[in-house]
Parts: sequence; structure tokens; C-alpha cells
Amino acid sequence: MTTARPRPAPRSGAPTEQQDTAAQPTSRPAAPRPARIDPVPATGAQSLVRSLEAVGCDVVFGIPGGAILPAYDPLYDSTLVRHILVRHEQGAGHAATGYAQATGRVGVCIATSGPGATNLVTPLADAMLDSVPIVAITGQVGRKMIGTDAFQEADICGITLPITKHNMLVTDPADIPRAITEAFHIAGTGRPGPVLVDLPKDVLQAQTTFSWPAQMELPGYRPTTKPHGKQIREAARLISAARRPVLYVGGGVVKAEASAELLELARETGAPVVTTLMARGAFPDSHPQNLGMPGMHGTVAAVAAMQKADLLVALGARFDDRVTGDLTTFAPEAKVVHADIDPAEIGKNRVADVPIVGDAREVIGELTAALRAAETGTPDLTAWWNQLTSWRETFPLGYDEPADGTLSPEYVIERIGRIAGPEAIYAAGVGQHQMWAAQFIGYEHPRTWLNSGGAGTMGYGVPAAMGAKVGKPDTTVWCIDGDGCFQMTNQELATCAIEGIPIKVAVINNGNLGMVRQWQTLFYGERYSNTELGTHKHRVPDFVMLAEALGCEGLRCESRDDVDRVINQAMAITDRPVVIDFTVGADAQVWPMVAAGTGNDQIMAARDIRPLFDDPEAGGADEVVTNLEREDGA
Amino acid sequence: MTDHTLSVLVEDKPGVLARISGLFSRRGYNIQSLAVGPTEEAGISRMTICVSVDEFPLEQVTKQLNKLVNVIKIVELEPATSVQRELVMLKVRADATVRSQVLEVTQMFRAKVVDVAPDAVTVEATGTADKLSALRRMLEPYGIREIVQSGMVALSRGPRAIAANR
Repeated sequence: MTTARPRPAPRSGAPTEQQDTAAQPTSRPAAPRPARIDPVPATGAQSLVRSLEAVGCDVVFGIPGGAILPAYDPLYDSTLVRHILVRHEQGAGHAATGYAQATGRVGVCIATSGPGATNLVTPLADAMLDSVPIVAITGQVGRKMIGTDAFQEADICGITLPITKHNMLVTDPADIPRAITEAFHIAGTGRPGPVLVDLPKDVLQAQTTFSWPAQMELPGYRPTTKPHGKQIREAARLISAARRPVLYVGGGVVKAEASAELLELARETGAPVVTTLMARGAFPDSHPQNLGMPGMHGTVAAVAAMQKADLLVALGARFDDRVTGDLTTFAPEAKVVHADIDPAEIGKNRVADVPIVGDAREVIGELTAALRAAETGTPDLTAWWNQLTSWRETFPLGYDEPADGTLSPEYVIERIGRIAGPEAIYAAGVGQHQMWAAQFIGYEHPRTWLNSGGAGTMGYGVPAAMGAKVGKPDTTVWCIDGDGCFQMTNQELATCAIEGIPIKVAVINNGNLGMVRQWQTLFYGERYSNTELGTHKHRVPDFVMLAEALGCEGLRCESRDDVDRVINQAMAITDRPVVIDFTVGADAQVWPMVAAGTGNDQIMAARDIRPLFDDPEAGGADEVVTNLEREDGA
Repeated sequence: MTDHTLSVLVEDKPGVLARISGLFSRRGYNIQSLAVGPTEEAGISRMTICVSVDEFPLEQVTKQLNKLVNVIKIVELEPATSVQRELVMLKVRADATVRSQVLEVTQMFRAKVVDVAPDAVTVEATGTADKLSALRRMLEPYGIREIVQSGMVALSRGPRAIAANR
């Protein structure tokens, strides 16, 4: 059997972790990790913990239980791996994701067999869709019991097969170091993703030997990171020839740590940049070439730019349906250069004229170099920019102050962004507040915006913020949450309070499942079936009291005049988690919007206000703009 | 939609078949036939998968298959440049009165009798799917009691071989 050949050092993931860990501010000084350990007798459990130490893991989020108990015994003694006892395995999974998204390192969660493992299903699916490198370690019933419907038995490898990048059941204790090495390697290289390692209890208890490093055996795993020179030159030729290009930037640029290279490419091409929901922060919002977010709730300028482009340069993006709208009418005049590390993404939804398989950082760097080498001169994009500027100025992001005098949720989020600033990390739940947080907070740096983009996992926010804060203890971490999301995973605030993880949670409390309610307003005749949560009407739960019960500081803000004061008060509290109940109006809506199933040409800047892209002179834009009581967002 | 034959080299590990069949079903493609067996290299199995899809989805299937960590290599085998074979065993109702006729058909198709009983004959044949269905049509009038048919196996013509390490 062939073994994996040495590969270029990846930018995120296991093999670089040793160095990265030393450079990262962590809660404890990172102890040196020996590069080589000669064989020593160990139990499977000891081998697991020593493997985690050797691979550079500094923190695991988990809950013990029967089958994983043997692993918790040596874990108790580890001075290198901190275990954070969460309150629900889902919290462990999202915390690992938040940790990974904030630091670029592999996040680790641990659970017992059966229900412990199945509680990881949602975070694994979430990490799969957002390509987040996490490793899940699960206990399994003893080898002889597998398949007998034993107590707390679940076929977690079978269950997670479609929602992990890879998974493995370890049946020989001697394989543990190799399994952990492979898991971290697979999770962190190529297109990152979740890997699950299932460990039967008797494998953890068995006597074996531990040695390091372990030889990986992955003959079928060879991610392509270096792009093909011919494709790069062809892409450069198209970019030089384009008159209406758009750099369509996705989460892959964040994962490849390619922001600096992207700035260079943007400078070289002069082209507008759109950053998807997963790429917010990959390119500074303050940059004049940044048109903002494309897609269902993207800016009019970003959506229109893609629709009218003659060239889309997709960099680590996947033409998700939330970006393209109806595919048949998406960007009809555009040629497509599609660069992605995952060949299966290229041509999946939209045919690529120039496919490029490679790591985003290498691709972008080589594209810039090829453009410079070609010396074709920068294409004249003046007409294009005149058009883009007109869209941007006519339809800026904005919001109406609620007519009923209630607090505007957009204003609250905008103020948090201004006061906490672009150095802070923002994690969101899923729904209206998530979209507003993507729209109205200005992101300047990658890895400062964490959210569940692909899966849309409500409840992601609090545990992800917890994980991010553990990975970046010196950074202010805000969770922008909704009252619906918050009630799914707020028990992790107990973890935060006890483990000393002082995150700040802004509950944008509109008393409803706001995004669903918005759809009911727009598409279901204002029939509000099962969207009212009672957090306004009955104040159940009382989020301030709940916060206090969970060991946090609880604050409430109900008026615009109080917003800055309460945010500043929360900013001043650094020794414990803070929860702010921002009681906001229920009727605010997320705009712009491309209704599901329609084409992006149908984007509405606000309710009943549709920009007429093709006919800006004929009464469209100018009349429309007077109807917008707009405030400058971002 | 057209028929395509994929030769897939995989690591011989538990669960690989489930990973592959699961991928087909979850992406909405139907496997027509599948055959698995060992290869010249220990630890590596070869699957021959027949699937009926258009050209474009086939590319997606191949790319998605390639993402599976246990998949080492995938090659599409064109009918014109490969040898494709299936194996069938048919248990035919045949007493002494028609046995010689059944044997005649068997010989015409270069098939073999692998079992005989007073009122039945079991015929084994290999060949292309077309040949095997022709054989079946010829034997049907006598009464087919049972059929078992393998998935297709296929090998490219000429000296070149699919190797795991290239």
C-alpha cells in the first residue's frame, strides 16, 4: 500500500499547529510539544490524549459519559490539553467550530457514544457545509457489543457519513496515533471539514504502545493546492479583457488566509469586490472597491454588479443558491473564472469558462503575478465604476426607524459594531439579526465574522462565540443573537461563567422568530403561524433573570437613547459573560431581498421598491430613492 | 441519459461500499450495477460501477467520488475501448424431453451447464449484457425458475493498466 507523500505545509490545520500555537495568545502558555516520542507502553486512552497533545491540540470541548470515560482519566492529568465541560454536546461542536473559525486551527469536541454522539450531528453538518476544520472524538460501545443494540450504542460513523469530510472507527488501539494524525490532517488541509473518530471503549482500555509521529496511510487523499499555470494565464487574459469584472469572494479566501493577496489582486485589477456571507471580513469593508455582500439579502450594488458583469472571478466561492437566486437568470452575460480547492465545486452550479483548482492564496497570488507579467495594462473600468457608484449611491444599505417608536434592531447592531470596532469578533445566530449583523457591522479583518452560513443553524451563536473566545482570549467577542436562537443554546453561558469565558451576548429580542415572521408578512398574508415566542408579551423567559441565573451579568435596553450606554457598560465588564436583552420592534425587516426562487434581477431594495437596472433614466431610481428614509449603514 | 462504466480503485476498508453507494443515492443517481473484488495490489479493491446519467452529472459524480478519502482512482471505461463482461446463472425447467434443446441453446451461446437435475438444468454464461439477455430470451420458453446475475466487470483493452500509485 502506498503511503501519503509529503505535501506542502498547509496554512491551517494540524501540521502547522505547533508553530501557530506558540504565536497565538492563549489562556495558558503553550508548552513545547516534543516532535518525536519513542514507543512507550500506554492504554488506548493514554495514547489518545498523548496524540492530541502531540498534534498540537490545546483545548477540547466535551462531556464525558460511559463509553468515553476511559479517555477522561488521562485527560484529567494533561497539562497541555484543556478540557472545557460544556452543557450540551451541540455546544461542544459549535464551540469547536467557533474556535476553528476564529483561529484557523482545528477545533476539537468530544462526546460519549449514543446520544452524546448524535448530539454532535448538527454541528458536524454545520461544519461540513461551511468547510470548518473540526475533529469530533466519540466513545463507542466495546467492540464485541457493536451491532447488538447495546446501551448507548449508535452507529455514529454511519449516521455522520454524509455530513463529515471523513470518519473512522478505530478497532485497534495501536492505530490511535495514526487515526488522530490523519483526522487532523484531513480536517485542516484541502477543503477543510469535520472529521469524526469513533473509539470503542475497550480500544481505549486496551494496553498498547504510543509513539510519535505516526505514519499516515491516505493513498486516496491528495488535495491540489497549486493551480495550473495555463489556467492562470487564461484567467488573467479574461480579466484583462473584461470591461465589467467582479471579484466574487467566498469563504475559501478566509480559510486560505489570502486577504493580503486579495488586496493586491484588487489593486492590480481595479475591479469591484463582493464578499459573500462566509467571506465578510476577507476584504475590508472600508475599501472603496468593496460593494458589500451579494445574495438574497446582499446590497443592491453587489447583486446588480454580479447580474450585469461580463466576468465573474469566483475565488473560494461556490455559487450557493442564496447568492445566485434563480440560476437560469443569474449573471447572464458573465463569463466565469472559478477558482476553488475543491474540484467538485467547479461547474457544480454554474459552468466555468476557466476552471482553476487550487488553494485560494496561491491562485490569487499567481493571478496577480500573471496580470503584472502580461503587461496588458489595466483595463479601463471607468464606465463600469460610474454604473457601480450610481447603484451604490442610489441604493445604499439602510433602514427605517420603526414608526411605532420601538427600538430599531438595525440601529442596535450598527452601534455594537461601531463601539466594539473592527478588532472584535462577532458571532451570530441565524435569522434577521444574522443578516443585519452581516450588513451593518463593518468588517475589516478575516476571522472576525463567524456565522452558520450553509446550514443556517439556529443556536450556533452562543457556543461559537464561546469557542472563539477560548481561542482568542484577548479579543472582545460578541454574540449577536436572536431571542429564538438564544433559547436553543444559552445553557452554554453556564459553561462560560464557570470556565471564565467572558463573552458578550446581544439578544436582539423582537419576541418572534423574526425571519420566519418576515416571510409570513411578505408571502403568507400576515398569518403569523407559530412565530411568536412570548418573550415580549409574557417576558418568558426574562433574559436578564436568565442571564443572572446562568452566572452572567444581565442588562436590558429598551430605548434608542440607552443603546450606547448599555453597550459601553457591557464593554466594561470583562470578568464574566454579559447578556443584554435589547427589546426591539417586531416589524423590522431585512432589506434588500431577493425572494426565494426568483432571479436576482427581481431584487427589492425595500418592500415594493425594485431598482430598475435596465432603465435608470426612466423614473426608476430617482423616484425610488425619495421613498427610502435611508440611513447610511456600514 | 447514457450508460457509463466507472472503474474505481478503493482502499479495502470497512464501510467503503456504504460511502460509495450512499454518495450515489444522496446525490440522486441510481447505480445500475456494481461489482467489487480484490486487485493485484493487497489492500486495494476495484469496483466497477454502471450508472445511467448525462455527461454533466457524470462529471459531478466522479468529482464527488474522488473526494471520498478511501477512493484512490477513478477511470471511465468506454465500451469501444474496453472489455465488459457480466456473469449469469439461469436455472431452467428442463426434463428429459427438452433437455437436449436446452443444451443446444447453451452450446450456441458458449455457455456451460454447471448443474443438472432430473427436471432442471443450471446454465452459466458470461458476456456482454446484450448476449446474456439474448440467452435469457432463448431459454425463457422452457421456463426459467431462477436467475442470478453479477454486476458488470470491465477492463480496458490494450497494454495499459489502471494503477493505484499513479
